[in-house]
Amino acid sequence: MNASDGALEDERVKAESFLSRLMRRPELGAIAGVILVVIFFAITADGSMFTLSGFMNFMSPASQLGILAIGAAMLMIGGEFDLSIGSMVAFAGLFFAICAVNWGLPLVVTIPLTFVFAACVGAVNGTIVIRSGLPSFIVTLAFLFILRGLSLVGLKWATGGSTQLRGVREATEGDILTPFFSGDAFPGLFARLAEMGLVETFGNGAPKVPGIPVEILWFVVIAALATYVLLRTPAGNWIFAAGGDTNAASNSGVPVARVKVSLFMLTAACAALVAIITVIDAGSTDARRGFQKEFEAIIAAVIGGCLLTGGYGSAIGAFFGAIIFGMVVIGLTYTNFDQDWFQVFLGAMLLIAVLFNNAIRKRVTGER
Amino acid sequence: MTDSTFHHGEAATAQAPIVEMRNIEKHFGNIIALAGVSFDVRPGECHCLLGDNGAGKSTFIKTMSGVHKPTKGEILFEGTPMKFDTPRDAMEAGIATVFQDLAMIPLMSVARNFFMGREPTKGRGLFKRFDVDRANEITMTEMRKMGINLRGPDQAVGTLSGGERQTVAIARAVHFGAKVLILDEPTSALGVRQTSNVLATIDKVRNQGIGVVFISHNVRHALAVGDRFTVLNRGKTLGTATRGEISPEELQDLMAGGQEMAQLEGSLGGTV
Repeated sequence: MNASDGALEDERVKAESFLSRLMRRPELGAIAGVILVVIFFAITADGSMFTLSGFMNFMSPASQLGILAIGAAMLMIGGEFDLSIGSMVAFAGLFFAICAVNWGLPLVVTIPLTFVFAACVGAVNGTIVIRSGLPSFIVTLAFLFILRGLSLVGLKWATGGSTQLRGVREATEGDILTPFFSGDAFPGLFARLAEMGLVETFGNGAPKVPGIPVEILWFVVIAALATYVLLRTPAGNWIFAAGGDTNAASNSGVPVARVKVSLFMLTAACAALVAIITVIDAGSTDARRGFQKEFEAIIAAVIGGCLLTGGYGSAIGAFFGAIIFGMVVIGLTYTNFDQDWFQVFLGAMLLIAVLFNNAIRKRVTGER
Repeated sequence: MTDSTFHHGEAATAQAPIVEMRNIEKHFGNIIALAGVSFDVRPGECHCLLGDNGAGKSTFIKTMSGVHKPTKGEILFEGTPMKFDTPRDAMEAGIATVFQDLAMIPLMSVARNFFMGREPTKGRGLFKRFDVDRANEITMTEMRKMGINLRGPDQAVGTLSGGERQTVAIARAVHFGAKVLILDEPTSALGVRQTSNVLATIDKVRNQGIGVVFISHNVRHALAVGDRFTVLNRGKTLGTATRGEISPEELQDLMAGGQEMAQLEGSLGGTV
C-alpha cells in the first residue's frame, strides 16, 4: 500500500493476499451460498428453473422476504433484534385494508398513513428497549404476540366477525399508485422484447413474463439504498458503532438512542411495505399474514453475514441471503425432492452460516 | 525505537495553565470522594496524577472531563470559570479524555473508529455523505505521525495491539483539536515495549503544545515522561512536585500514605 516509505514498513505485517482481503467482506458467505445453491439446482432441478420465468418465480418471494431481511439486517448491525416484524406485516396489512376498504381512502393517503402508523409502532418498540435497557429479544417477543393478537381482534372488529378482510382489489383498482405496489413493471418493454423474439412467448405471441414484478424492483432499490447508507454516510457509521459497543459509541458522540429507535422504525416500515404489496396483490388480508417471517428474515440476515451480537454485517449479504431463501423454497418444486425438505435445508443453511460467520469474525478481529 | 531522553518542557512552567482546578470537592451522598483537590495543567507539559486505588483519581478526572459536576470548587479554562454539563461540552472546549476502555470498536476499521461520531462529509442535502477517502487518508497520516504503520485504513481495530489501540485513541483526540489530553492509566495493561511506545506518543503530543494529564499508579512510568507530579491520597492532594525535586521512593511513599509501605518494602527488599 505504501511502498514509498519503505523505512516505515513493519517487517511483521505480511502482505495480504487477494483471498484474505475477500474473506473480510461480510457478504462473502452469502455469495458463496448463492453459487452453491445454483450449482445444486442446476444439477437436480428441471431446466425451466433458470429461464426468465423461473427466475421471476423465485425472485418474487425472495423479494418479499428480502425487504424484511434488509430491515432486520440493519437493525441487527445496530445491535438489536425485532421479532415482531412478522406480526407487524399482519398488523400493517390490517391497518392498510381498513383505510382502503372500510374508510375508502385513496392510496395517496392510505400508503403514507400506513408507513407512519408502522413507524410509530416501531418507535414504541425501540423506545421501550432503549429506556428499559432490556434485551430487544424479549421486548419484541412480547410485541410478536401483542400485534398478532391485535390483528386478529381488529379484523373481527372491522369485518364484523370474519378473519379475512376482502375487497382490497376493488378498492385499489384504478388508483394512480397501484402500479407502483402491485403487478409487473415495464410491460411495454417486455412486449417489445417478445416481438423481437428475445424472450420466451406463449403461442399467441404474448411474453411468458409480462414484466418485472414490482416487489423485485423495490427489493433491489432498498438493498442499494441500505448499502449506500451503511457504507457511505455518517449514519451508517453510527449504526455500526451503536451495534459494536453502545458505550464506546455514545462516549464518542454517537446519538445511540436515536440511531436505534430509527432502526426499529425502519424495520417496521419495511414490514409495512411488504404488507402493502402483498395485501394489494392478494386483494384481501388475514391475521396469518407474515406468519414466522421474523425468523425467516433473521435467518436471511444471518446467512448474509450479520453477527447476532451486532456491529457487523451487510445489506448486500441480506440481499443474497433472501435470494438463497427464495431459490430453495421455489427451487424444490422443480426437483423430485419432497418439498418438506425445505425446512431441513433452511436449518442446515443457518447452522453453516453461523459457524462460518463465527470463524470470519475471529479472523477480522484477530482474536486468537 | 523510544528516545529515552524526552525533552521535558522547561518553557512550559512560564505559561498560564489551560485548565486549573481549585479546591475541588465531590461528595456522593455521605461519601467524600474528593476533599479539596487543586490541580492545573499547562500547554506542552505532562502533569502526572498519581494515586493508589481508591485515592479519587477516577472521580477527579471525571470531574475534569465533565462527567461529574464538582460539589464545591471552581474550574478555570484558559483563565475563565467554566461549567461543563456534559462530556461533550468539555470535549468541545478542548478537553479530551482517553478512558481505559478507549471507546474503540474492535469490529470496525481504524478509519471508521477514528471518525466515529465526527465523520467528515462531502456533498450537501440529500447527497451529504461520509467522505471515506478523506477519512482513510487522514487516518493513515495521523497514525504514521504517531509511528504506527497500518496495513490499511480498513484494518479492524481488533487486530491492533493494546499499545497501538491506545495510540489510535490518542491520535484521534489530538486530531480533533484537544488542548488538554487526559489519559486514564494508559499503560496499566501493557507490556514493556508497548508501554514505551505509549510513553513516546505522550512525548510527541506534549511537544505539539498540548497539556497532558497522565493518570497512573506506576511511579516508574510517570517518572519517565512527567514534568510535574501530583499525588492524590484519600481524596486530597499531598502536593505537587517538579521533575528532579522528588525521588521514586518519595513518590511511592506519598502514594501509599507513608509508614505501612516502608514496612512492606523492608520485608520485600526494594521499591515495589
